[in-house]
Amino acid sequence: MTDAWSRFRRNRLAVVGLALVLVLALTAGLAPWLAPYDPARQSLVEKRARPGAKYLLGADEFGRDILSRVIYGSRVALLVGVLSVTIAVVGGVLLGTAAGFTGGWLDAGLMRGVEILLAFPYLLLAIAIVAMLGPGALNTTLAVGIWGVPAVTRIVRGSVLALRETEYVGAARALGAPALAVLRRHILPNIVPGLVVYATLFMANAILLEAALSFLGLGVQPPTASWGLMVSTGRDVLLVAPHVATVPGLAIMVAVLAFNLVGDGLRDALDPRLRGGA
Amino acid sequence: MLTFVVRRLLLAVPVLLGVVFVVMLTIDLLPGDAVTLMLGEHATKDAVAALRAHLGLDKPFLVRYVDYVGRVARGDLGRSIQQNRPVAAELADAWPATLELTAAALLLAAAAGIGAGVLSAVRPNSAFDGVARVASLFGLSMPIFWTGLVLIVVFSLWLNWLPVGGAGSPAHLVLPAVTLALPSVAMIARMTRSAVLDVLREDYVRTARAKGVGEWWVLLKHALRNAFIPIITLLGLQSGQLMGGAVLTETVFAWPGLGRLMVKAIFARDYVLLQGAVLVFALAFVVVNLLVDLSYGVLDPRVARQG
Repeated sequence: MTDAWSRFRRNRLAVVGLALVLVLALTAGLAPWLAPYDPARQSLVEKRARPGAKYLLGADEFGRDILSRVIYGSRVALLVGVLSVTIAVVGGVLLGTAAGFTGGWLDAGLMRGVEILLAFPYLLLAIAIVAMLGPGALNTTLAVGIWGVPAVTRIVRGSVLALRETEYVGAARALGAPALAVLRRHILPNIVPGLVVYATLFMANAILLEAALSFLGLGVQPPTASWGLMVSTGRDVLLVAPHVATVPGLAIMVAVLAFNLVGDGLRDALDPRLRGGA
Repeated sequence: MLTFVVRRLLLAVPVLLGVVFVVMLTIDLLPGDAVTLMLGEHATKDAVAALRAHLGLDKPFLVRYVDYVGRVARGDLGRSIQQNRPVAAELADAWPATLELTAAALLLAAAAGIGAGVLSAVRPNSAFDGVARVASLFGLSMPIFWTGLVLIVVFSLWLNWLPVGGAGSPAHLVLPAVTLALPSVAMIARMTRSAVLDVLREDYVRTARAKGVGEWWVLLKHALRNAFIPIITLLGLQSGQLMGGAVLTETVFAWPGLGRLMVKAIFARDYVLLQGAVLVFALAFVVVNLLVDLSYGVLDPRVARQG
């Protein structure tokens, strides 16, 4: 583990990513103290104000301060991201270990289901789920989380299958260890590193997906400050006030980039064989 | 080869049946009801019941599922609720635009991505490689709908070179295709780089070089040909990403395709149209991946012989 950390630390891009993630987390935590204005405060005489001394990043269609809304938007992005990653990982680990460890008809049935879900183009599946649940922050979280379950299930099942055949698992079982103890003590700890890498990269995709759903009007609903929703409202005034749509999008990109950088760095650090790979 | 094709086509049937099942179940559980939406909140109970019966919504879910699959098998996709036109006709109007957009984006992504990836792999850790790797990380991190808006601001608003949206001329296609292609360019470049790097470490490449084969010939004949298998696989998967991305791109650029039709169908609770649109997307994805599997046989004779 210390090896992995020292490898991670030497990767400059990964360290930049980690710093950005920390800044994001602090921004979300300290939003009420950092934001210069109330994110919902409207000032119709100053609508679409250009970036300037009063509004550093300008104001939107309703004269709301874009900087304050971007700061508060980090809360939505991180909260939806973390919760949906949790749903995807917990669901995927439960289904994946069940399929990989028991095998037989349960495995066959689960994996057919997973294949069908993975056959959906990614955004379409999330759209279908959110169409079923209805829009809103909570339902968006559920949709993004459920969307992630099949992929995690497949990864976990693959690792469990491979680990089940290893000699030390065979030895533990030969010594009479109960199946659940083998699973908990010898198999699950070994899939954690791969899962951490996947969860970090999934976090990046979850933020993108929440933004995309909110942009389409199917995700987080107004007046909540969500970055995707802000881009969507800015789209209507794109040709007269381009900053209203483009500034919040920049926030999405920075957040996603941060998690992608950390995920890449973690993968290289935890699995040195993949170094210099994709 | 023929058995291979037939078997793959048969395998696609349960996938499509499953897709229809999931979509219908999804729509069945929708909170909003198409019938109430059509008749308004103040419709009489009798009118609602009559329309539900007319649309077949009063039957149990499984009966409707079997019914729908049977009709789809005969080429009947039903009538859209909002427009009261055959869904097949609505889809027929929309799919060429989406095909045009995704095909253009896929070609663009393949050309740019493979080109950049090969150049990176030939000179690993060079200045070009460094720039390409950072650029591809940015490409993967940009929300596609935002990229589209930024491109509109730069190329339509400031430079006035290209139209803001709509379809009809090659100029209309440029911005949507570039927008849709960007994340795939990044994925393909990363994948190509690592695939070519792997192949260049193989013994047969060393042998070829030892024989005195020129570096370009080694690259074209030995490295690229073998690196193409993972790249083609990725292209197939990327086509799914492109279809999902098309929903966003078409919304941003007012491109009259399936994606925009689908979003409209969701907001109108037009479940018949939504089912049809999702089915077309799923079918397209199955066909693309079948083509990918077939191309393995062409690129690698060992696969074809296993058939």
